[in-house]
Amino acid sequence: MAWETIIGLEVHVQLATRSKMFCACPNVFGAPPNTLTCPVCLGLPGVLPALNKQAVLFAIKTAKALDAQVHPCSLFARKNYFYPDLPKGYQISQYEQPLATAGKLRIETSGGTKTIGITRLHLEEDAGKLIHEAEFTRAGASYVDLNRTGVPLMEIVSEPEISTPEEAMAYLRALRELVRYLKVSDGNMEEGSLRCDANVSVRPEGSQTFGTKAELKNMNSIRFVGKALAYEVERQVRVLESGGKIAQETLLWSEKLEKTLPMRSKEEAHDYRYFPEPDILPLTIEGEWIEALPELPWDKRERFKQVYDLTDEESGILTEHPALAEFYEALVDAFPNPKAASNWILVELLKSFRPKMNRLDFFPAVSPKRVARVLSMVEEGVINQNTAKDLLARLLEEDFDPEAFVAQQGLGQISDEKALLAWIDELFERHPSQVNEYLDGKEKVFGFFVGQLMKMSQGKANPRLLNTLLKQKFDARKGAF
Amino acid sequence: MSNLPFLTLAELRSGYSRKEFQPSEVIEAHLKRIEALNPELNAYLEVFADGARDRARTLDKKLTQGGPLGPLFGIPLAVKDVLCVEGTKTTCGSKMLEPFIAPYDASCIRRLRDQGAVFLGKTNMDEFAMGSSTENSAFGPTRNPFALERVPGGSSGGSAAAVAAHLCQAALGSDTGGSIRQPAAFCGIVGLKPTYGRVSRYGLVAFASSFDQIGPMAKTSEDAAILFWAIAGHDPKDMTSSARPVPSLEALLGQDSRRFRLGLPKEYFVEGMDQEVRDALLATLANLEGLGVQVEEVSLPHTPYATAVYYILATSEASSNLARYDGVKYGFRAKDADSLLELYELTRAAGFGPEVKRRIMLGTYALSAGYYEAYYKKAAQVRRLILEDFTRAFEKVDAIVSPTTPTPPFLLGEKIEDPLTMYLSDIYTNALNLAGLPGMSLPIARTGDGLPVGMQIMAPAFMEERLFCLGSLIEELTNPPIRGVPFDQPIA
Ligand SMILES: [Zn+2]
Repeated sequence: MAWETIIGLEVHVQLATRSKMFCACPNVFGAPPNTLTCPVCLGLPGVLPALNKQAVLFAIKTAKALDAQVHPCSLFARKNYFYPDLPKGYQISQYEQPLATAGKLRIETSGGTKTIGITRLHLEEDAGKLIHEAEFTRAGASYVDLNRTGVPLMEIVSEPEISTPEEAMAYLRALRELVRYLKVSDGNMEEGSLRCDANVSVRPEGSQTFGTKAELKNMNSIRFVGKALAYEVERQVRVLESGGKIAQETLLWSEKLEKTLPMRSKEEAHDYRYFPEPDILPLTIEGEWIEALPELPWDKRERFKQVYDLTDEESGILTEHPALAEFYEALVDAFPNPKAASNWILVELLKSFRPKMNRLDFFPAVSPKRVARVLSMVEEGVINQNTAKDLLARLLEEDFDPEAFVAQQGLGQISDEKALLAWIDELFERHPSQVNEYLDGKEKVFGFFVGQLMKMSQGKANPRLLNTLLKQKFDARKGAF
Repeated sequence: MSNLPFLTLAELRSGYSRKEFQPSEVIEAHLKRIEALNPELNAYLEVFADGARDRARTLDKKLTQGGPLGPLFGIPLAVKDVLCVEGTKTTCGSKMLEPFIAPYDASCIRRLRDQGAVFLGKTNMDEFAMGSSTENSAFGPTRNPFALERVPGGSSGGSAAAVAAHLCQAALGSDTGGSIRQPAAFCGIVGLKPTYGRVSRYGLVAFASSFDQIGPMAKTSEDAAILFWAIAGHDPKDMTSSARPVPSLEALLGQDSRRFRLGLPKEYFVEGMDQEVRDALLATLANLEGLGVQVEEVSLPHTPYATAVYYILATSEASSNLARYDGVKYGFRAKDADSLLELYELTRAAGFGPEVKRRIMLGTYALSAGYYEAYYKKAAQVRRLILEDFTRAFEKVDAIVSPTTPTPPFLLGEKIEDPLTMYLSDIYTNALNLAGLPGMSLPIARTGDGLPVGMQIMAPAFMEERLFCLGSLIEELTNPPIRGVPFDQPIA
């Protein structure tokens, strides 16, 4: 039997606000445990939440970019459950009347373009972290770190319209790219600033009813989401084909075991007793809170292809991070050869940018104007490609004026015909047998002469001119016979 | 014994400005009285004797040096133990928070400190403000200074008894369904529940967040106005606090209430209202009419639902607000738990008293899947109807009046085993919390047995000045004046 897969994703995005959602504690990753806390985020008796406006603005921006409907009035709610990482015993979230509903996100897969519906987007606060460490003195002890408690989260729920693990991965990549473009989150799955839960079910192809779904958690990278979904789909098909039934349960992906493991069954599911959060008045969105959006990644990609005549791959890479795209455009501005500019970036510069490109605050640590000067010198024949590569590598290390440097260090190409001809004569005298070989038709020796001449000029000979002159000299010799 | 504790807050203020006495004398006189009477009354759970003396000495110097004095300069205040005062225990009358020391000041405490107030200590209360007699305190009941065998009311019973027995000039209480007004009535003092949002709740340990308000308990309407004025106003730490400006103290006390039209809700005159209470109210209204005040009947048709709606919504919020007391982070923690679940169960079973458990169960039930629509949601809809009742009534009248409580203070132990009867002592007060409106109780008479009788005045939102002005007018009519226990009446 042929099976159809149905996947819906719930993505939690940590918002890159300066402070937490309801208090003034800094919102940063990686501080020593329990150092970023105050009475509010510790949930001490008597404290109250004060909503961070920046978090609201970030969520509105994202909702707008997802073409969702931002509601003029939305409500916060309490989600009640007991757990040591939740100091108030409830999480402030949104339930009825979320911030935004009915959006969409376009994804690209090997099968083409597809639009996935977004059910809802809402704001909530993050919980703390539990650390279970076997090596601590008391076996089985757990430790609570509340630094993350109250960090603003945006939950984005997709419609169950994702049909393959590949589409799920593409969806996550598109979403991650979007939040980076909007500068609302660094979208880093390894650090947990982007987290994904998945609802998966399968049904016989053509069936109109949904199968029983399982919820997958603990997938810490886009790759793991792909693996976990593929595993789970296969498992469900196997169970159904052998006459079994799928249990409605929550499963954890174990990367170590490469399988999903049961976490809790439907019977153990919480009753969260949602009710409107009485400490926060209904959120009324005011007109001026809706800011103009920056150019979105898919629009930029299309424009780069059109305007700069780039390939899908080139425009794809150059638009991966808004700062890289900005760098490219500044470079083209000062060096109006888009294709060459793209090549130079992709071949010479990208590898040094890559390690930092998953950060929101990434920017290419080199001035596009300087790079443009280097590339112009190549085009003008002042320097050759090798010199240009050296210069770019140096520019990544420190800032300097490339033209002054070339002049000072005498790195300019030697385009002086007399000097080049003198070197050729000298070379011919030193290697008469190789000259004869060439004249006998062994044209491969030509390269030997170019290499030698480059050495004599310390790499600075203008290669095009050198070639021409060398050819002329040989032709003259031929003619002499 | 010094007569300083028997002055009113206003009298104390003018005495300081004329340098008739020093803060140290005033504080010392109060501490002496506390020492003598608190063991019997159990109004204070903790007395900040050393801290208050230190602070008074600092203020003495300030008085000697001259210069402007804060609006509450040298005023000795008591604080209900539901408010956080930095560095001191905040127990909420519960074993659960017995070891908890607040690391921060409630916003109203900060304001009062800045204005020169001196805090004498923390007062007893029903556990987590749940109760009407202060018998639900984990630290023993408070006794009514008018009659030691009787309750002071609750949940702010400790604050009410402390003011009534002149163990402080005024006190802070909190009111979720009547917890300021009912004990004020039982103890013969003035107690105000401000409009919801008028006073910041930051630092008030939450019982039911959409009902709770902090308010003053004092000997006169004027004193209540001064303390109200000192704590009212917007606070960025409380999103439900109003940005509306607070009137000046002069404006709060300067209205001519002789032209008021008063409404008497017919639904309040039901079975269960004590004859002496009814007579006292009607006599007061007759006196007011003699001064030109008009009294007419108004209708608040949804009144019969108020108590049920109140207990569904308030307990729902409470069940969530009290979830944080789990033994993990602070407060009481059960020993010998073998698992996380057991830690929760043992801690909450031993840390909370029976009334708190009852309300957590009630609220958890009302919010549960399958019951939410029928209970919480329905109650929230009726809550809106109750507010509309008031809005409609206030189109006709300036203020609404009623008894504060159906009966004078009852005996210790009389109702504690019967929660439903106990809940009925709030029937005239909890509708106002549902509507978020301001209300004040003030003493109007004493029964044949010498027990105080209170009257409640209710006003539209943010119209507290009507309460203070009408209150002051009624005080002029009350002869002899009732300002807590008369100083020639012995306690104990
Ligand atoms: Zn904090």
